[in-house]
Amino acid sequence: MTETLDPRALVDALFILVLAAFVGYEVVSKVPTMLHTPLMSGANAIHGVIVVGAMLVAAASDAPVAIGLALIGVTLGTINVVGGFVVTDRMLEMFRGRPDDKK
Amino acid sequence: MIDPGPLTIGVYLVAAVTFILALKFLASPRTARTGNLLGAGGMALVVGWTFATTEGMLDHLWIVAVGGVVGSVIGVIGARRVPMTAMPQMVAIFNGAGGGAAAVVAVSEFLTATGGMESSLLGDLVTFIFPPDLLPASFMIPTLLGAVIGSVSLTGSVVAFGKLQGFIAARPVTYPGSRIVAGLLLAALLALAVALTVVTNDRALFLGFVLLALVAGVLIVMPIGGADMPVVISLLNSYTGIAVAATGFVLGNYALLIAGTLVGASGAILTQLMCRAMNRSILNVLFGAFGTGGGATVAGAAGEQAVRTINAEDAATLMAYGKSVIIVPGYGMAVAQAQAPVRDLMDLLLARGVDVQFAIHPVAGRMPGHMNVLLAEANVPYERLKEMDEINDDFVKADVALVIGANDVTNPAARTDTTSPIYGMPILNVDHAQNVIVLKRSMAAGFAGIDNPLYADPKTAMLFGDAKDTVQAIVAGVKAA
Repeated sequence: MTETLDPRALVDALFILVLAAFVGYEVVSKVPTMLHTPLMSGANAIHGVIVVGAMLVAAASDAPVAIGLALIGVTLGTINVVGGFVVTDRMLEMFRGRPDDKK
Repeated sequence: MIDPGPLTIGVYLVAAVTFILALKFLASPRTARTGNLLGAGGMALVVGWTFATTEGMLDHLWIVAVGGVVGSVIGVIGARRVPMTAMPQMVAIFNGAGGGAAAVVAVSEFLTATGGMESSLLGDLVTFIFPPDLLPASFMIPTLLGAVIGSVSLTGSVVAFGKLQGFIAARPVTYPGSRIVAGLLLAALLALAVALTVVTNDRALFLGFVLLALVAGVLIVMPIGGADMPVVISLLNSYTGIAVAATGFVLGNYALLIAGTLVGASGAILTQLMCRAMNRSILNVLFGAFGTGGGATVAGAAGEQAVRTINAEDAATLMAYGKSVIIVPGYGMAVAQAQAPVRDLMDLLLARGVDVQFAIHPVAGRMPGHMNVLLAEANVPYERLKEMDEINDDFVKADVALVIGANDVTNPAARTDTTSPIYGMPILNVDHAQNVIVLKRSMAAGFAGIDNPLYADPKTAMLFGDAKDTVQAIVAGVKAA
């Protein structure tokens, strides 16, 4: 789990970080105000990917403390990812079924 | 850890593309819902793949099963049951959960790397490779970042939730010397971070670091007023993204790294957009302690203003025989769930040939887009909802501006009174209308905690009461007119 200690992997990761930051910035730089909240909520759901990290921790856990932490991590991560997508969908449901010809 | 195989990398790549497209689609009304579903699909893929292919996952099946089921139940119930008015705090709490998860992952990795929680092969390996038995900075820096930012996001989001939900005073909470305390805390965090990176990997010190970060989250959000919570939630959302990206470094996991960075960056620009809508800087939001500032306009003088009141029948008559009515909805409409009667009022007025438009301030309600969502729910046609810039010049021509539970966004003091805490914030030109009718529960000050001179304007008439009741009374009045 300490792969980043490898200098080559570290450089790769830094590249990805910088490029992803630009993509994230560009992709939402023009948003109508009415979509600010759903967009924030959708982005919130996407960082729920932390549940994957928590699962990896869980898979490697042995001692009680580790298991306890993993359990908390997986639970919190799942709340984030599941709740995030469901609540975003609920917000966006409101925009459905109407003529969205304008804007 | 085993090198991720090419298939895993492929899965991560697909997921990364869906996340980018999800954000892109979410930025446009037509595609927003598809975007969200696409993001959820990508997420399901990467979670499912991780579950199916990670070594040791089956031995720890119960952890993932229990955590997954409990988390899903809480998430779905929370997301489904929450009333539309409480959406913002729900987003806050989900965000806090993500921040907490990131912090937990960082803590786990640190404990594992410092010798494991029992004996860990990995810990031994690390100490074997790096003899001075100090973990390398390339591990410690992202670990510390993930722990500190995740923790701040967790407790900060909980406080934001509490403020919006009313568990904690929505007003800025400050005390003498609060800035000094905050400064000391920041210095302590920084000192500990440096010590943990270059001097010692002591576990007690690390846990102290995490505890301080948890306290910092509370201290950062407490002094910020409820009106600014949307910005704070957006900022904390961005923070969680950064924390997730940091844990991506720690775990050497590209899915976490990419998704976290995407959210960190898009959350940052979104926060900036929200601030711009209020004509404030992010520093001003964070350190301004909005609503406690001095000046004659601060609430307390409220109620001493001489105001004119009007009854529902007269208000109805004024609108029914006017040519043009602009409705200005605000948080009061959301709280009272008055959107359905508001729609009835619109239908009746339109049937009488009165032009009805809605003026939506960018920060009306407690979240940008809050009013659009509520009115859409009540089937108010999208084309009747106008953004501030679109409609501000039309107020002059409007016979009646009907303000429903909006306060600060109509406050003319923002234009003229340099001592007002909201000076410079763009507002709706409600006071330019021929008549202004304000539906309000009481003379209490708005969320920003300041007086509104609009109410003392001779053109303005107040109609006190629950917005739903008063709008229904107006609807009855228009029917009778």
